[in-house]
Formats: sequence, C-alpha cells, structure tokens
Amino acid sequence: MTRAITLLRRRLVGSFFVLLIVVIGSFLLLEAAPGDAVDAYIVSTGGDAGMIELLRHRWGLDQSELTRLANYLWALLRLDLGQSVTFSRPIREVILERLPTTLMLMGSATALSFGLGSALGIYAGARPGSFRDRFLSISSLALYAVPGFWLGLVLIVVFAVDLRWLPIGGIETIASGKTGLARAADIATHLVLPVSALGFIYLALYLRMMRAGMAEAWRQDFVLAARARGLPRRRIVLAHVARNALSPLVTMLGLQSAQMLGGSVVIESVFAVPGLGRLAQEAVAGRDTPLLLGIILVSAVLVIVINLLVDLAYAFLDPRVGAGEAGA
Amino acid sequence: MNRLRRFFRTPEAIAGANTLALLIVMALAAPLLFPGDPQAIAGPALLPPFQDWSLPLGTDRLGRDVLAELFHGARTSLAVGLAAAAAALLIGAVVGTLAGFAGGLIDEALMRITDAFQTVPSFLLALAFVSIVGPSLGVVVAAIALGAWTGPARVARAEVLSIRERDYVAGARVIGMQPMEIAFREVLPNALPPVLALSSVIVAAAILTEAALSFLGLGDPNRVTWGGMIAEGRAVLRTAPFLSIVPGIALVLTVLGVYLAGEGVVESSAVRRSLS
Repeated sequence: MTRAITLLRRRLVGSFFVLLIVVIGSFLLLEAAPGDAVDAYIVSTGGDAGMIELLRHRWGLDQSELTRLANYLWALLRLDLGQSVTFSRPIREVILERLPTTLMLMGSATALSFGLGSALGIYAGARPGSFRDRFLSISSLALYAVPGFWLGLVLIVVFAVDLRWLPIGGIETIASGKTGLARAADIATHLVLPVSALGFIYLALYLRMMRAGMAEAWRQDFVLAARARGLPRRRIVLAHVARNALSPLVTMLGLQSAQMLGGSVVIESVFAVPGLGRLAQEAVAGRDTPLLLGIILVSAVLVIVINLLVDLAYAFLDPRVGAGEAGA
Repeated sequence: MNRLRRFFRTPEAIAGANTLALLIVMALAAPLLFPGDPQAIAGPALLPPFQDWSLPLGTDRLGRDVLAELFHGARTSLAVGLAAAAAALLIGAVVGTLAGFAGGLIDEALMRITDAFQTVPSFLLALAFVSIVGPSLGVVVAAIALGAWTGPARVARAEVLSIRERDYVAGARVIGMQPMEIAFREVLPNALPPVLALSSVIVAAAILTEAALSFLGLGDPNRVTWGGMIAEGRAVLRTAPFLSIVPGIALVLTVLGVYLAGEGVVESSAVRRSLS
C-alpha cells in the first residue's frame, strides 16, 4: 500500500509541472491568436472605441504579459476557463456537457480494441511464424494504415446507406421520447459505428504488441521449464506466454489515451456525435480560440488522470513496480 | 525455419518498396501528365469512373478530374509527410542529445517539456496551431512536427546516456573539445541509428495527420490533398461514394507501403547486425 502512495506522490509532483507547462503553452498560443477576448466580445455585442478601452482595462488585457499570465493561472485555479464566443456561455459548462459522450465513446472503443486486439494477438502469438500469425500480422498492419475518418465513411456507406442496419450519425434519435433501457439501447445502436471506426484502428496496435511480446516470451527459459514439466500447451500459452506479454499492453492503454482523444475529433465529426472532439472542430470553425485551448487543457488533465490510474493498476498487478522507491 | 521466415519476410518489404516507388513516380509525374491546375473544371460534374477515357476516374461534384487530383494529392501527401517527419526527427534528435548529454536541471526541464507535449493529444495541438496561425503547407508541416518529435527525443536521450560514458567521448574531452562540439559532432551522429529506425512510423503518422487535418478543412486551400478530396466527396456520399473511397484507398496503400518498407529496412539491418 505504501508503494502505491509513494508512486502516486511522485507522479502527482511530476504531473503538476507537466500541467504548468501545458498551461503556459496554451497561454502563449492564446496570445499568438489574432484578436483578444474584447474583440470577440465586441463582434457579438457591438460597441465604440471607449467601450473597448474600458473592457480591456476591466478584463486586465492592458497589463503586462506576466500579469496576464498570472491572471490566467489564477482563473484556472478557480476552474474558470473563460467565456466561449460561439456559445456565449462559460467554457467549463460547455465542455462538461460534452465530456460524458466522449468518455463513453473512448471507453467503448478502448474496450473493443484492447479486448479483441489482445485476444487475436494471443491467437496469432500462440504459434509464431504460422500461417494465421502471418495473416493476422499483415492484416493488422493494413488496418493500422487506414485513416479513422475514412473507415468511418466506408462504414456509413455500407451499414447505414446500403444495408440500412444502423443510424448514420448522432448520439440518439432526436425527440424520440425514449427513457430508461429503450434510450440506452438507442444510444448503443448509434455508438456501434463510431466505436468500431475508432476502436478497430487501435485494435491493430494491441494485436501487434501482444504478438511481439509472445514471440519474445516463447524464447524464455520459464517456457522451456513449463514444457519440461509437461504442462498442456493451452496452459503454457495462456498462463505463461500470454501473461508475460500482457503488461506492456496495460502501459500502452494509458499512453494511447492521448492519441484516442485526438482520433475522436475526426470520428465525432464524421458521425455528428456531440462530444468533446466535435466541440473542438466547432471551436475551430467558429474561430473560438479560448474554447479550443480549454478543450486542450481538459484533455491534458484527462490524459494525466488516465495514466495515473493505469500506473496505480499496474502497481497493484505487478509487485515489482515502485518497490525500489518505497524501500528507499 | 529461420531461412523460411526470412524468405516470407522479403516479399512484404518488396511490396512496400514498390508501392513507395510508384507513389514517388506519381508525385513527380503529376505536373507532366496533368499540367495545369488540377482544381480546374475538366468536364461535366459527377461523371462516374470508366465512362470517358479522357477522364478515367470520372469527375467530382465540381467537374474536376479525379485522376489528376489523385496524382497531385500524392505530391502534397508525400511532401508534407516527409518534411514533417524530417523536422520531427531533427528536433527530437537535438532535444534528446541536449537532455542526455547535459544531464541535471537541463535534462529535467527538457524531459518535462517532452512529457507536456506527450500529454496534449497531438492532433488537438496540430488543430489549434493551424487554426491560430492559418492554413498553409509550411504551417501544416510545423503543426504535425510539433506533436511528433517527442518519440525521437526520448530514444535519442536514452542512446546518448549510454554513449556519453564511452571512451571516445572521454577522449574528445581530453583533447579539449567544447561540450557542445562533443555533443553534436561526436555523440549525436552515433545516437542517430535507433532514432532513424522510427522514421517510417513517423512518416506514416504524419501522412495520416495531414489527411485528417485537410479532411477537417485545415489543409492548404491552394493544394489538392487526399483528405480534402474525401471531405469533398462526403457531400455526395450516398450517390457517388467512390469520390470518397478512391482517395482513401490511395492513403491506405501509401501508409501501408511506408510501414512495409520501413519494417523491411529495420529487419534487414537487424539481420546484418546479428551476422557481424
């Protein structure tokens, strides 16, 4: 238990500095963007030069860069991300509204890619060099070469336009009045295509990692020992070879979360899923830089939290992790 | 067994190399085979493929020649992919060498910055960068490189950490070379091979990121891109799905070619290393 706490403390300190760098970086990008919050405000409300001066002064925009950075940090500490120009609402509110949808999409896609990917990886890695191993390796490489948004469009053409099995986009049937289980089922059918488009690409990654790890594990002495003890092949594959290849996949789960957040931008745009990714695209279309940077900050926090959880899970799974630090 | 495996491994590398060669020829031949503006109107709108032999792949919603666009798109994809990967590898190698060679506080600061860049989803960063600075070819290249240099930096740093303890580095110090000179003339070149082994993955990722950016309308508006073609075709997805599907197939083949050729190179060098 102390092990986990030591690990957590060390990671939290590191995460603090990382987050500070991200915040400063996003402040610099905000400064580089043409126009400021007052310009954006005046565009939507109108006002004369005196009004602009007054607002600049009141919002602290006429002060030095360092003061503005301090103001920005202070606002962020109070969890105030500013006002969205396109939505005319606090950015925090808009983001929190969209976050659950994206988490649901990412969670399902991760489950799909990790589950199916590692299962197929075990199937391929059980006999390295066999036909099925080569077939799965090549096809996973081909899958990894597919752009997610294009896979999404192809899935729409096949399953929504031609076969009419699944809805073309959105997160649920609009104004259907469904509640409870019926609504959950409705959302699930809407999620099938976007989750597949997002998940299938990363499936290839887990498959290849599992396969490579298993090919490596087959050469280890403990596999030879297990064979010498006369264990059934099935048991060697699952309990010895696959088990030892699994841990890098768990680490990948955390590292991949940033990629998947990025990938969800295009997937949500293709399927008109009202999540964080589509919000990012709307922010770009509406030239709403503060909103876009708010999304980036929230994504960074999300990635840090996910990696922290993965590390903790890892510390519990593998007794070697963090043991040295706890002892010191 | 080993010989059999190596035999089966070769055709993939050959296929990858051939795809890439074909692509480079396409990119180079584009202005010769299809002179003039590929975005100009060439015929009736939405002509299906294989109908008119002067327009073999038909036309898009605005009557532009799809085959010409495909050839010119290969230019953009390859140029952006290679330039962004080169920039990412260069930044990564320099940052990694500085961090690994200097050590201490500089190392700590550079690695936290690397962490920060890895924490922000690279596609979101590229999106923000292009939307703030404005879309042009150079900006797209910079935006992609901005999210791709962290991997090379980590690999370079790890390599430099082991190299800087070697005898020839101590020798360079003894003859009075400046630390910067040692870092960039003695250490960096020797740390490059494992960094360059990442290049196929980075080129592939850069091509896919460029496609996604132009799909969202953030590519250079004066250039034909495959991502932009897919976005264009999306408006008529029900009636003319081939307009989106054809450039997507080109993208898949390109990226697959890069992966296969890269794997071939890494594998053949691994074989050479194990022989020596």
